[in-house]
Amino acid sequence: MTVMLAVVIGILFAAAVYLMLRRSVLKLALGLSLLANAANLVIFVAAGLTRGEPPLVAEGSTAPPPGAADPLPQAMVLTAIVIGFSVLAFTLTLMHRVYQEGGSDDVDDLSEADIQ
Amino acid sequence: MLPVLVPLIAAALGLFAWRSGTAQRLIAIAASAVLLAVGIVLLVVVERDGIQTLQVSGWPAPFGITMVADLFSAILVVLTGVLAVAIVLYSTATIDGARERFAYYPLTMVLLAGVTGTFLTGDLFNLYVWFEVLLIASFVLLALGGERAQLEGALKYVALNLIASATLLVTIGVIYGLTGTVNLADLSLRFSEVEPDALVAAVAAMMLIAFGIKAALVPLYFWLPASYHTPPVAVSALFSGLLTKVGIYALVRVFTLLFAEQAADFQPLLLVVAALTMIIGVLGAVAQHEMRRLLSFHIISQIGYLVMGLALFTVSAMAGLIFFLVHVALAKSTLFLVAGSVKHLTGSFELARTGGLWVLKPGLAVLFGIAAMSLAGIPPFSGFLAKLALIEAGLAVDQVLIVLIALGVSLLTLYSMLKIWNAAFWKPHPMDLEPLPDGSVAVTPERVAETRLALAMVLPIVLLVSCSVALTVLAGPVFELVDAAAVQLMDPAVYIDAVLGGAP
Repeated sequence: MTVMLAVVIGILFAAAVYLMLRRSVLKLALGLSLLANAANLVIFVAAGLTRGEPPLVAEGSTAPPPGAADPLPQAMVLTAIVIGFSVLAFTLTLMHRVYQEGGSDDVDDLSEADIQ
Repeated sequence: MLPVLVPLIAAALGLFAWRSGTAQRLIAIAASAVLLAVGIVLLVVVERDGIQTLQVSGWPAPFGITMVADLFSAILVVLTGVLAVAIVLYSTATIDGARERFAYYPLTMVLLAGVTGTFLTGDLFNLYVWFEVLLIASFVLLALGGERAQLEGALKYVALNLIASATLLVTIGVIYGLTGTVNLADLSLRFSEVEPDALVAAVAAMMLIAFGIKAALVPLYFWLPASYHTPPVAVSALFSGLLTKVGIYALVRVFTLLFAEQAADFQPLLLVVAALTMIIGVLGAVAQHEMRRLLSFHIISQIGYLVMGLALFTVSAMAGLIFFLVHVALAKSTLFLVAGSVKHLTGSFELARTGGLWVLKPGLAVLFGIAAMSLAGIPPFSGFLAKLALIEAGLAVDQVLIVLIALGVSLLTLYSMLKIWNAAFWKPHPMDLEPLPDGSVAVTPERVAETRLALAMVLPIVLLVSCSVALTVLAGPVFELVDAAAVQLMDPAVYIDAVLGGAP
């Protein structure tokens, strides 16, 4: 499972980089969202994958049963997903405004603020 | 904790007062003042009683969320407070109604909360979260107003900063996988046990890239000159004073706490980056003819000095770094605010279209002169002391080359400051100019002389300049303070004890 997820992460990163290198602004947004998702998966995998066992402490004991899933990375991934989602929403709005103002979704046309 | 809560509460209150611009302004000013006061109290307490920690909701470290204030953090919180007061005041005079209606002040407050949160968190993942808080606020502030240049600048800024955030997130994931913790103090202990070293070095390199993008180090700086000159000048001043410095803060924090053993391996790389950042930044500035663009490039150049302090990695270098950070944040914001006032007077940021202000507005010229000379490092101003400290630290460890580069860059800084001085203040006011493409006509000297700067535009500049001068006058005590902060930084054991040791 870990190996498969590692491959998936690799593909996601590659696709993200490819999309971000394209000139279309929309593909940039898609690339950024893929990148965020790949990063989330990295946290998930790096913390170790376990099957089953919810990390619930049984009555009377003080530690969760051995082999239980580690809840912390899941909490972190959840936070990161929420942040990523809101940022993506903002990015899309921004891109829409850029498209409205500039009339183009080609990155090369966005040169008004560039270093001259 | 309070420094974070104050601006957040103010942001919420500001949102309740959505319809009333005046109420939002008053809330923002009050909150900034309170933030400054709380910051000073925090600094005094930390200075007297050592590092302060707060375990949120009572979970002991390393399990709970920890907030830590050591001297370095406390100094930066005070700095944030000073800048907040000055810039919010300046905003009241310069931010137009449309921006005000769309939550300009609450956003500024959220940004400040993000910045102080980053300074005070004792936990790597929360560092990321606070970074996102300040980034989202800064995205909106940058794009607010919706001028075309602003939107385009914002797009580049957003894209590159999101890539940096993703890198940071991956790094945090790998670190958690290696050590099973994200508490900075706990990590500092565990990292010495982690095998293999190569992975640690890889993690350190990824951190360097993630924070390097945010701090605008040289190969990663392209978003900064493409975006910082587009928003209103108060926003530029706030960003230049705080945002890149947060990146530097994070770099210093992780390198002193987590990667102290790797620092020697990274020294050549950091030195090269520092040198390139200084040189390319200042050369970019020399080539510019628009005040805001010129100042944006200077931000990069100054970041180079900060990285130099980090690269040298000695106590005296760290002390120099902290002093330089405070000095440059003050000087830089002042210069942006002065540029805003010049624009208010002459109607333009273009150096070719300004002039004569030495005769027409001598007060403003003096304020600019102090800030500019301070930035360039002319004695007796604070920039001189800051650079002197860094250069002495460099000579102490025989890094002559970087010292020579730092000195050369100072000269170029002086040159580009003189360029603004000559063009905006010294040369006669330009006559019979062609109207600009957008149809605005040049203003006459009489108009400039008649235009009065509002008190809220002058007061913040005076405040910042007097803080900058105070750094020089009180150099003795200030240096004692930053020395103590540097000793604390270079000795992670104190930090770890404070967080993991006895109950606070």
